[in-house]
Amino acid sequence: MTAAAAPAQRIPRRVQLAMFIRLLAVQGSWNYETLLGTGVGFAMEPALRCLPGGRKTPRYREALARESRYFNAHPYLTGIAVGALSRAELEGVDPARIERFRSALASPLGSVGDRLVWASWLPFCSLVALCVFGAGGSALAVVGTFLLLYNAGHFVLRAWGLQIGLSRGLNVAPALANPVFRRGPQVIGSAAALLAGVALPAALQRVAGPGRGLNGGIIVAAVIGIVLLAGLRERAEGWRIALGVLAVFVLYSLLT
Amino acid sequence: MTLLEALPLALLGALLGLDVVSFPQAMIARPIVSSTVAGAFIGHSEAGLLIGVVLELIALDTLPFGASRYPEWGSAGVVGGALFAAQPRGMPGALPASILAALLTASISGSSMVVLRRMIAGRLERSRDRIEDGSRAALVSLHLSGMSLDLLRGGIVTTVAMLVFSPLVRAIVATWGTESSYSRSVVVVVAAMVAGGALWKVFHSVRYVLWFLAGGVLVYAIIAVVR
Repeated sequence: MTAAAAPAQRIPRRVQLAMFIRLLAVQGSWNYETLLGTGVGFAMEPALRCLPGGRKTPRYREALARESRYFNAHPYLTGIAVGALSRAELEGVDPARIERFRSALASPLGSVGDRLVWASWLPFCSLVALCVFGAGGSALAVVGTFLLLYNAGHFVLRAWGLQIGLSRGLNVAPALANPVFRRGPQVIGSAAALLAGVALPAALQRVAGPGRGLNGGIIVAAVIGIVLLAGLRERAEGWRIALGVLAVFVLYSLLT
Repeated sequence: MTLLEALPLALLGALLGLDVVSFPQAMIARPIVSSTVAGAFIGHSEAGLLIGVVLELIALDTLPFGASRYPEWGSAGVVGGALFAAQPRGMPGALPASILAALLTASISGSSMVVLRRMIAGRLERSRDRIEDGSRAALVSLHLSGMSLDLLRGGIVTTVAMLVFSPLVRAIVATWGTESSYSRSVVVVVAAMVAGGALWKVFHSVRYVLWFLAGGVLVYAIIAVVR
């Protein structure tokens, strides 16, 4: 921080709310060149208006330009960066230091978020919903369970990220050592594996329909398919295989 | 299906397509939600839920990591849910044909997202000087136009898919030659193998994962016996 850095300005609640709402659309201009960069600038813009002199000053324009450059992170955790960078800009931190901070923060925010949200929380919530379906739940119960559970985690994570960024400024690194990030994927993964053992057969039983059930042939074919696909891992895309198998089956059923 | 009949579904597909990446990523685009809501639009939410569950099992294979290319399930779920819910009850070909249409839509819609991202990069290139100069108007315009184009993209994909697949699925269902139990079994096996393979891909590094899985299956077996 520069020697002349001003004390942190308090960002009004309505500005924080505007930032939070804009963060929900942080990927609105996602592209292959700046990735999330312009979205970060868009989300920070209400805070930058709090700079002395408002939006008509060179300082505002320089900050907005700087914060709209290349950036990549998990969208739900981008709030940490947006909060921290907003505070840094308002405190008048040296632009070179802000640039270094942006570069250093992007990678951890991406990998931590991907492991916690996309590879843990989302499949876990899907499995809970499939469990409710397998137990005979109605459309409202299944969809309601999924959306409420998933978004409880989603919105809490986004709000926490913005608050932690605003309160800690460039000192957010310790927040990423939070036990939720370190141990969360392992714990959620264990729960998801346990749940998968219940949810998959229960949901498939209901899909098969009343009176049909999961007979020996279906179970054997499914297990062989799972073992084959599991062995292929990233070399095969399951949905493409599903597309191919169903296309052949539809063709067969039309010709017989 | 006429253009007028497809319009409400197009609006739904546009909104749910927007959720995939642009706003608000609340997972209302996941097929278990989008297909069910589309089924409810047609007046048969339970049918929408059924196909939504099958598509959700398949969608477990595609998690939206960073810049990777993946199928777009928001619009696809709407198409699958609406097509299946619109078929007469008990038709054996309805589920496989509707799932196939949804998967094709997901693939095409995923490609349309790539085109959209390139379009946004093109617009960025044209307004680069103004954004580098700190122009708020240029930045907000780029961002809002990106979201508007995404909304439009989802609506167009849903409309075209409904207009193309609606008569096609109806024709397939009418001439279907495989009996009901086999048709449903193929769908169950495909969904099971994709979901199982996907979950293994995601959770294989979890400690004692096979024990947890076996424990879950045991719980299911006990519940099935007690019932």
